[in-house]
Order: sequence, then structure tokens, then C-alpha cells
Amino acid sequence: MSAETNPNRSAFLARNIWSGVLFGIGLAAFMDETIFHQLLRWHHFYDKSTTDIGLISDGLFHAFSWFATIGGLFLFADLRRKKALCLMRWWGGMLLGAGGFQLYDGTIQHKLMQIHQIRYVENVFLYDLVWNIIALFMIIVGGALIIRAGRKQRERAVSHDPS
Amino acid sequence: MTHLNQSDASFAAEIFPQLVLAIPFVFVLVLYGIAAMASGRKHTQWPVYRTVCWVLGVLLAILSVAGPLADRAHSDFSAHMISHLFLGMLAPLLMALGYPVTLMLRSLSVPLARRVSKVLRSRISQILTNPIFASFLNIGGLWLVYTTDLYSLMHESILLHLIVHFHVFLAGYLFTVSIVYFDPIPHRIPFISRAIVLVAALAGHGILSKYIYANPPAGVPAAQAELGSMIMYYGGDAVDILLIFLFCLQWYRSGVNWKWQELKHRNHA
Repeated sequence: MSAETNPNRSAFLARNIWSGVLFGIGLAAFMDETIFHQLLRWHHFYDKSTTDIGLISDGLFHAFSWFATIGGLFLFADLRRKKALCLMRWWGGMLLGAGGFQLYDGTIQHKLMQIHQIRYVENVFLYDLVWNIIALFMIIVGGALIIRAGRKQRERAVSHDPS
Repeated sequence: MTHLNQSDASFAAEIFPQLVLAIPFVFVLVLYGIAAMASGRKHTQWPVYRTVCWVLGVLLAILSVAGPLADRAHSDFSAHMISHLFLGMLAPLLMALGYPVTLMLRSLSVPLARRVSKVLRSRISQILTNPIFASFLNIGGLWLVYTTDLYSLMHESILLHLIVHFHVFLAGYLFTVSIVYFDPIPHRIPFISRAIVLVAALAGHGILSKYIYANPPAGVPAAQAELGSMIMYYGGDAVDILLIFLFCLQWYRSGVNWKWQELKHRNHA
């Protein structure tokens, strides 16, 4: 990082993760909408087997992800302005958010609440498998990045400690 | 004679309600223009972009209640949805960006302006501009129109038609100004609370859109309902980006932070 950093940087550690998580959720939802709904047309706008709770969950997540995309970026700008940005943490949060949303979408929303399937084909199980493995992979990498950022932080704190 | 009767009937059924709905908008358009010019002469010049936003907003509102789009909205559900997106979402947002209350306070004489600001500080104004109340008026009103017989009834009764359309605009405007603060608003609510209400209201709008897809209002063919539902869903999203962007921009400029860290420290102390 640059030499000029906020002296209270440690107060903003959690916010780096939150900013990433929010943007990650928003990005995953945005890609879901543009790639799978609009471009590929695999996802359907409405599936006749959608449960009521599925409709509510879909509506809430859609609205929240829209807000999170923009809000997450403004948080990012705020961290930069305060010179409190920690990119490794931010990327970790982003992968965690994107993976978390994709896992929720792929298991609870698609399967349990039946809002729609990934693609309307016979072997949809394979699609589900790939979908959720990618989600888990993002969660693991995101978590690892955050843990690594924390460890680096502690090491630096020890080496800077005058005692 | 029959010809005359027919045109009388069409006047009563179509032109009259369109006129009643459009005249207030024409009135505020003229009033705003006069106020902007007069106060520009008295004080500094009134910003041009505010005037542009106001004019665009009012024109969109007029377009959605009178003329070809309003005519088509009677028989075509997609046209109805487009006109409602304009009337209930985009026009209110553009008009709020015109800072009408600020302009009014600037243009009125001091005693009159004091009286207006007293009204703004009143209990009624506090309730009306409460985001939760405004969201219920706005989104709740929409649920009422599309999930009950109100939708088909308003095409039969002129009075209901007028009430529903004025309500859609006024509730949309109140909702907009209760979430994003442009004009002076005495009863302020923290960003995080408004953000939660905003997300809940957007969700209510999205859920209703998809509900209409599967459950068309009485008298609307399924294919029209499906298209209309998607217009409502994605059109709503398009206006929401603007609303969310302006909301976050105000948060960014205010320099206010989520006080989670400070709160944590205070709780530990």
C-alpha cells in the first residue's frame, strides 16, 4: 500500500469486507440477470412451479442486490477517500458475497423454492453441480483471502511494535 | 344527431378525464416557470438544470395521463404499464430534482414563506414524508389496484380513474422525496433506515410485477399481462438505478459513516 494511509485504518477493516460482500452479491445477481436471463435465456422470468416464498425471496434479493451493487461501490469510494482501502480484504469479501449469493440461488432458490431452473434440459443435475461447485470455490477463495489479509496485518503489527 | 351524441359520449369518457388529469400539471409547469424567472431576478439565477428536470418531469406526467399513450393504456396493458412507470416513478423523480419547495420558499414573501415552512414542520408533513408511510401509500396502492377488482372498476368509473391516477403520482412523489432528500425536509431519518425501507419497497414492486405475470388483473389477456409484468419489473429497475445512485451519492457527500465501529466501541465502554 502507499505510504499515506489512514491512521485509523484498523477501524475500517470490517467495512472493506462489507463493501466487497455487497458488491459481490450485486455482481453475481447482475451477471445472473444479464447472462442467464437475457443473453442465454436459460433462466425463465417466471416458472409455474414457483412457490410464494420463492417469489418473495427472489423479489427481496433482486431489490437488495440492485442496491448492494451501487452501495458497495460508493463504500469502496469512501474507503479510498479515507485512504483505508485494503484490496485483499475487499476481494475476499467480493468473492464471499458472490459465492454466497450463487450458492443460495443454486440451492435454496432454484431447488427448494423452485423459482426457476438453471436450464430447462433433462440433465439439469449436472448444471446444478457445476453451479454450486463454482459457488463453493468462490466462498473458499474469498475466505482464504480474508484470513490471509488478517494474518499479514498481525505480522505487520508485530514488526512495527516497538516493544 | 347520433354523431353529436357519439362525440359527447367520447368527450365524457376520454377527453374529460384526460383534461382533468393534465390541467394541474400544466398549472404547476407555468407556475414554476414564473417563479423561476421572478426569483432569478430577485436573487441569483435559478439553476437551469433544475428547470430542465422539472419541465421534463411534468411533460412525462402529462404524456402519461393525456394523449395517445393514455388512449392506448385503456386497451393495451403494456401501454398502461409504461404510462404508470412514467407517472408513478420517473416523473416524480425528475420533478423532485426540480427542487420545487426550495423555489417556492425563495419566491414567496417572507411572511408567506414562514407559513409554508410551518406547514413543512407540521405533524401531518412528518407522517406524510415518513418513508414507511409513503412506501405503504405507494406500493400498497399498487397492490390494491392490480390484485383486486379496482383495475377493471377504474376503467368503468371516471371518478375512480381520476383518483387512482392522482394517487399514483402523489404517492410516487411522496415516496421519492421521503427516500432521497432534495428539498428542505425538517423530519429527517438516518440513511441506513431509509436504505432498508427503500430495498423493502423495491422488493414489493418486483414481487408484484412477477405476481401479475402469473395472475393477470381481471380483463387483461395473459400475453399482455406477461409483457406488462416484464415492463413493470425491468422498467422499475431502470428508474431504481437512478434513485439508488442519487441516494448513495448523498450519503457519500454527507461524509456520514455507518457508525458500526463507533457503536461497538460505545457498547464495550
